[in-house]
Order: sequence, then structure tokens, then C-alpha cells
Amino acid sequence: MSGDTFADLLRLPVHGPGSSFSEVLRTQAHDLLPNSDPKAQLHAPEGTTVLALRYSEGVIMAGDRRATEGFQIAHRSIEKVFAADRMSAIAIAGAAGPAVEIVRLFQTELEHYEKVEGERLTLEGKANKLSQMIRANLPAAMQGLVVVPLFAGYDEARQLGRIFKYDVTGGRYEEDDYHATGSGGKDARSSLKKRFRPDLSREEAEKAAIEALFDAADEDVGTGGPDLIRGIFPNVAVISMDGIRELAEDETRALFDELISERRQEMLQPETHPVDVRRPGDED
Amino acid sequence: MPMPYYVSPEQLMKDKADYARKGIARGKSVIAIEYADGILFIAENQSATLHKISEIYDRIAFAGVGRFNEFEQLRIGGIRLVDVKGYSYSREDVTAKSLANAYSQTLGNIFTAELKPYECEILVAAVGDRTETNELFHILFDGSVSDRTGWVAMGGQADALGVYLGEKYPKKAPGFAAAIKLGTESLNSVEGREMPPDSLEVGVLDRTLGRRKFRRLDNSELVALMAGKG
Repeated sequence: MSGDTFADLLRLPVHGPGSSFSEVLRTQAHDLLPNSDPKAQLHAPEGTTVLALRYSEGVIMAGDRRATEGFQIAHRSIEKVFAADRMSAIAIAGAAGPAVEIVRLFQTELEHYEKVEGERLTLEGKANKLSQMIRANLPAAMQGLVVVPLFAGYDEARQLGRIFKYDVTGGRYEEDDYHATGSGGKDARSSLKKRFRPDLSREEAEKAAIEALFDAADEDVGTGGPDLIRGIFPNVAVISMDGIRELAEDETRALFDELISERRQEMLQPETHPVDVRRPGDED
Repeated sequence: MPMPYYVSPEQLMKDKADYARKGIARGKSVIAIEYADGILFIAENQSATLHKISEIYDRIAFAGVGRFNEFEQLRIGGIRLVDVKGYSYSREDVTAKSLANAYSQTLGNIFTAELKPYECEILVAAVGDRTETNELFHILFDGSVSDRTGWVAMGGQADALGVYLGEKYPKKAPGFAAAIKLGTESLNSVEGREMPPDSLEVGVLDRTLGRRKFRRLDNSELVALMAGKG
């Protein structure tokens, strides 16, 4: 975009694009919008298992780090969980190129609204905005560049964590307890289903998230497990009334160390089922 | 056929400038003070929602005096400009200098080309990693820009505030509490009355904060700070 266009921005009528950043781009710098030419990105690498679950004080979001291109690993340490703003996070699954662009636009959109209006959008408002952005990606999705994010955040008015999942057409569905998406999403959901309780503490929920990713990586080729050699671990973000916090690498490492040592014990006993399913008659 | 009256360009510009100055002089004042960890903004403002001071970008804040609708349009335009720039290049490429330049061009064009000049003055401030790298750009109704250090006073009582701050501002950037004290006392002395905390709008660009360095001080925090001054 040229210098002239930048200068023009100052004199737009206030009511022109309103407080929407994507509207500013659509009217003033259309070339900056994601996906104007879907054909250009047909061999995009694909991102994989991301999940969110609610716990007693908010919501936790986690995602593996692997990106694949066919049977090849395209990237070992890609990030799929992003802070959308101080109170919410977005996780991506699907074609990585357009997905990362949508995240960047969404982050700017939320901050832009907050600065122009002087207050943050409600969680509901953010979820709806994201839905419109995914709908705008529909032409590219029809060509195989599907972007289906997971959105979670802390609702300050209702004082609880909420999770939203999406479909290709921008359909928005709220999940009550947990959800996982991507190629390993089904495996992660099965794992979460066994672990989830509405009153999980933060520590328990972090552990359940890590375990679900571990299970997904165990079953799905597109999902990366913990890489102990390179020290690459999944991203975990915790969102509560106090805002968003991403777990540091050594915290995630400690959670995996704990999980792996538990699992190893189980694997050593041949009569024990490797997946942690309680047997009839077993004690708690 | 009646002839249009001839008005010399000098007279025309002078009339416009007088008009703008009068408009600005009727309004309340805003001051900005550099303190040890950043930049402090204080404005007399009865409204808790119609702001004179606000966030533009990670390190950049905006303050305006004069006609609200005019500087509000500039504020929103500025946010659009920096967000588009940061989105198309990178966040580090957004600078106060280029924003101040854009404002200056816009105000200059309005002043010369349009019948009615804008009756507002604005301040674009960016906090640096050290006090020496802070940037304060004061932009007038006719688009003229000045690069300031230490403090800036704008609006109705700008001259009197300038005299007060010029005398009292210390050689080295003061601490936060001292800056609040200096700011409120300058307003009190110039207006000749005690300003209650709920009629002040206070914001800071604090370099110790994370990515977004702008923060508003709410009323309770301000009451506590002003009580602490002893």
C-alpha cells in the first residue's frame, strides 16, 4: 500500500469504517486482507490437534507443535495457540497459512476496537466477529484451505470460562465442557471425556489437557508429541479472571515428565491396559 | 457587477489563526510530564467517558485539547493509520514520528484549504527505553510541529501552565509520585482552585509495562496517590 493511502486514513469520516479494523482494511487496503487469491497457497502446510477445556476458575487451551505437509513434517515447533487479547485465546487447525493470517487479523481487530471505543468487546462479540472472519474464508475453504479455529476466553460479565467451536461456513457453536479439533481432535476428545469434571482445579485441568494431547499424538500421525530431544513441548494457555497466562517451557516439561513416568509404570505391567481405563472392581 | 472584497493572504491566515486560538483558549488544559519510568498525562475533565487522553499503539499515546469532535476524529484516524501500518509491516515499524508527520500534514491541509480551521491542538507521545529516547510531538491547529522534552502544556491555560512548569520542573525526570504532585499542583495553582480527583483524567505511558504501555489511572488509585502526597 502506498504512502498516500496511509495519509488518507486520517481523514476518513469517523462513521465510515466505524470501529472495525477489518472494515478499514476492506475499504482502504483490500490487498492486505487474507486470502484474496486462494489458488496461490494450495500446498500450504497443515496444523493439527488443539483443545480447550473449562476448569473451576476459567478455561485452558492447549495445542501440539507439529505442522505436516502430506507425509512430511513441515515444522516441528509451530505455534497454534495464540492470545487473542488479555482475556481470550484462539487456537488454529487447518491450513496454516490462512489460519495464521486470520489470527493476526483477529488480534488486531480486538485491539483496534478496544482503542477506538475505549472498552473491550464482550466475549460473545469476539466470538461472533471470528465467525464472520471464517465465513469470509469460505471461498478458499471450498478449494481445500479449511480454517477451523477454537476460541476460548473468560467472560467477565458471567464470570466463567467459555469455549466456542466453528465450522467452515462460520457456524459458531458453544461447548459446555471441553472440545478438541484438528486431525487428532477425536482422540483428544475421547481422552478429555474420561478426565473432565466441571469442578477441575487448575492443576488437574492442565494435566488433563497435556494427557489428551499425549493421547492424540499416540494415535494420530499429524499430531506431535513432546519432543524430549529438542525440548519442544505443546503450548498451554490458562485464562481466568486475572487474564491470560502461557505456561513456560519448564512448567510444561514438568507436567510431561510426571505423565510419562506414570505411563511407564503402567506399560511395565503386562496385565495393565496401556490406556488409562479403570477396570471393573478396581479401587480408585 | 459587484466586486468581491479583496482580502490579503496574510490577513486571511491571521484571521483563521485567531479564530482557532480563541476556540482552543476556551477549553480546558492538558499537561504531559516526563517522569522516571515514562510519561504522565493529566487533564481536567469532568467526563469519565469522553477522554482527552488515550492509547494509540504499544508505546504511543495521544492527548487533545479544543473541540472534542475534531480531535476525536484525529485520534480515531491515527489509530486506523498505525494499526494498518503495524499489520502490513511489523509492530516495531510504527513510530511516533511518522504519526506526528501525518497529523501535521492533515492539520496543515485543513488550515490552508478549508474555510474553518480545526480548533484543536494535539500531543503525540511515545515512551522510549530511557527518558532520553522518549518523544513528545506537540502539533498545532495549523500543522506546525514541535519536538518537546520534559513537559508539555496545551489548551486554555497553556501559557500560565508553561510558566509554572518551566520554573518547577526539576533538572532530572522526577519519580511517579512527584510527577503527579507537580502536575496537580500546577493545575491547582493556575486555575486558582483545588481540583478534586474525580475531575481529573490521568493516564501514563509506563515503560515497565508489557507490550501495551498505556494505562489509565482510576479514581481510587488517584485518590490514594494524592492522599500520599501528605
